[in-house]
Amino acid sequence: MVESTIHATQAVVTLDVPIQGIVWGSIITVNMWAKSIGTGVVFLAAYLWFRHSKDDMPNLRWLMPVIAFLSLNIFLLFTLIDLHQPYRMIHIFTHPHWTSSITVGAWMASAFLGLITVLMVIGAADAFPTLGGKKCKITGLARKNSGLYEKIMPFLVFLAIPVTTYTAIIMAQASARELWQAPTEVMQMMWAALMAGSAALIFISGSWSKEARKDLALVLTVAVFFSFAMYMSEYFFSFKSAEAEAILEFVHSGGAYNLEFWVGMTVGFIIPFFLGMSYMKSENMTLLRFAALAALVGLFFVKDVWLKIPQMLPLS
Amino acid sequence: MKLGFLVDLNLCMGCKGCEIACKVENEVPLSTWRLRVKYIDLGTFPDTRRSFTPLRCNHCESAPCERICPVSALHYLENGIVNIDSDRCIGCAGCMMACPYGAIYMDPETNTADKCTYCAHRIESGMMPACVVACPVEANIFGDIEDDHSNISLYIMEHKGAVQVRKPEKHTNPHHYYVGGGNQTLNPLAHERIEGYSLFNNITHLDHVGDKNHGILDRFLAPFVGHDKLDNKSFVHFDNTAHESHEEEGGH
Repeated sequence: MVESTIHATQAVVTLDVPIQGIVWGSIITVNMWAKSIGTGVVFLAAYLWFRHSKDDMPNLRWLMPVIAFLSLNIFLLFTLIDLHQPYRMIHIFTHPHWTSSITVGAWMASAFLGLITVLMVIGAADAFPTLGGKKCKITGLARKNSGLYEKIMPFLVFLAIPVTTYTAIIMAQASARELWQAPTEVMQMMWAALMAGSAALIFISGSWSKEARKDLALVLTVAVFFSFAMYMSEYFFSFKSAEAEAILEFVHSGGAYNLEFWVGMTVGFIIPFFLGMSYMKSENMTLLRFAALAALVGLFFVKDVWLKIPQMLPLS
Repeated sequence: MKLGFLVDLNLCMGCKGCEIACKVENEVPLSTWRLRVKYIDLGTFPDTRRSFTPLRCNHCESAPCERICPVSALHYLENGIVNIDSDRCIGCAGCMMACPYGAIYMDPETNTADKCTYCAHRIESGMMPACVVACPVEANIFGDIEDDHSNISLYIMEHKGAVQVRKPEKHTNPHHYYVGGGNQTLNPLAHERIEGYSLFNNITHLDHVGDKNHGILDRFLAPFVGHDKLDNKSFVHFDNTAHESHEEEGGH
């Protein structure tokens, strides 16, 4: 437990009920982690298409929406299974409460997934001319409206910003947990999306031009650096409230999740930073793939710790 | 009309009558509490004192639980009560994360969030909350805080400087007040909560949220294969011989 007692009073709880422990656990971590990949690949694809010719990344047009589609479905599945009444998820759409970021986020994420699905069908139909055969109406319609892909993309990029960051607002609305503050969490979500997006695309970048891959490595390196800097600032210099200070002091002193946090920081941030830098010099693809894998694994650990530690505070 | 609650901690003797009355009135399942009385021991022997603090939903004017609830299951009544509609709740636990007072729990029978409603059903019938009726020393004072002549308003006026709320820095504007409280009793960070056996019970964390006998898959299957509920009736068939003796549980 986390307390900050006054020694002179020797105040000790001698009778009470058991209190809630971790309410939002690793299911929510998977939710946030998968969403970071799903939106991150959209940001990275837009950036790469802005910087390079489409021929430099030949499979990006169809693989980006496939990765986003899979990640967003994992995100939505884990959102659903975290509910104690999963079949009532529909209430978010039939009885929406618009002050809640959960509601706003669910609507936006659903719209985002719808648009990603359209891109995936168009991208796949264009990339594989025989897909679905000649009589398939869906692929036929997709090929006929191939230009829609490029028209939807700018809207998707703008929509990806609130879809990435709305979880930060949920965390800010969870006002009992002082460690989570809106401005820093919003930026952490953005950096996480850039980290996860670039890491995911690195695995499909084997056939890409060196310049495009270097750009991916650069984004990954910059994202892990700034995200690491933010975590360190929050971890060591959070003087925002008694609750945040108490919880961090507990973790600093070797309490629960201390080891997990530093393993996550090392694997997900420090190692990928140096591997990413090395790739830009050596162009060794194995190094870059290892950096991407480490970033994805470490990001999960750190997000998991950051989600759970404020929940160790006794609230009453 | 805005209903409020005041507890005079100088009067409370920790009998837990309010806790039991609440449990009975609202059929609060085992392992969960809408209202609880916390004992805190202060000082070192022989200069010691025990304080008793009843804790329940604060019915905040700016309730974080109401704001974060995605389906308006938590909503305000006209009389200021923050009520909950368990038929609408989706069990996202957002309210549990938002409430700065830890006053919301996941009901293990319904797998929905639940909390003190100031006995809204009794208020509607012109009755007092069950905990108010049960208190033998009238430490619970309940009434309309917008009516200058109500018991609670008069009590607040009488104890002007000594009326406190929990965590005022959260800007939730609670409608639940304390007289005779101090930092050690109202601030959860100002007293130590030692894990393990204490005075009468095992002060620890719950090892589950909601129904501990039903995992994620069961939540999906429950409507089709039935839900073997854990309810208060199961207490009647509780096999005490299979468990540790009372003394072993740190008895008194």
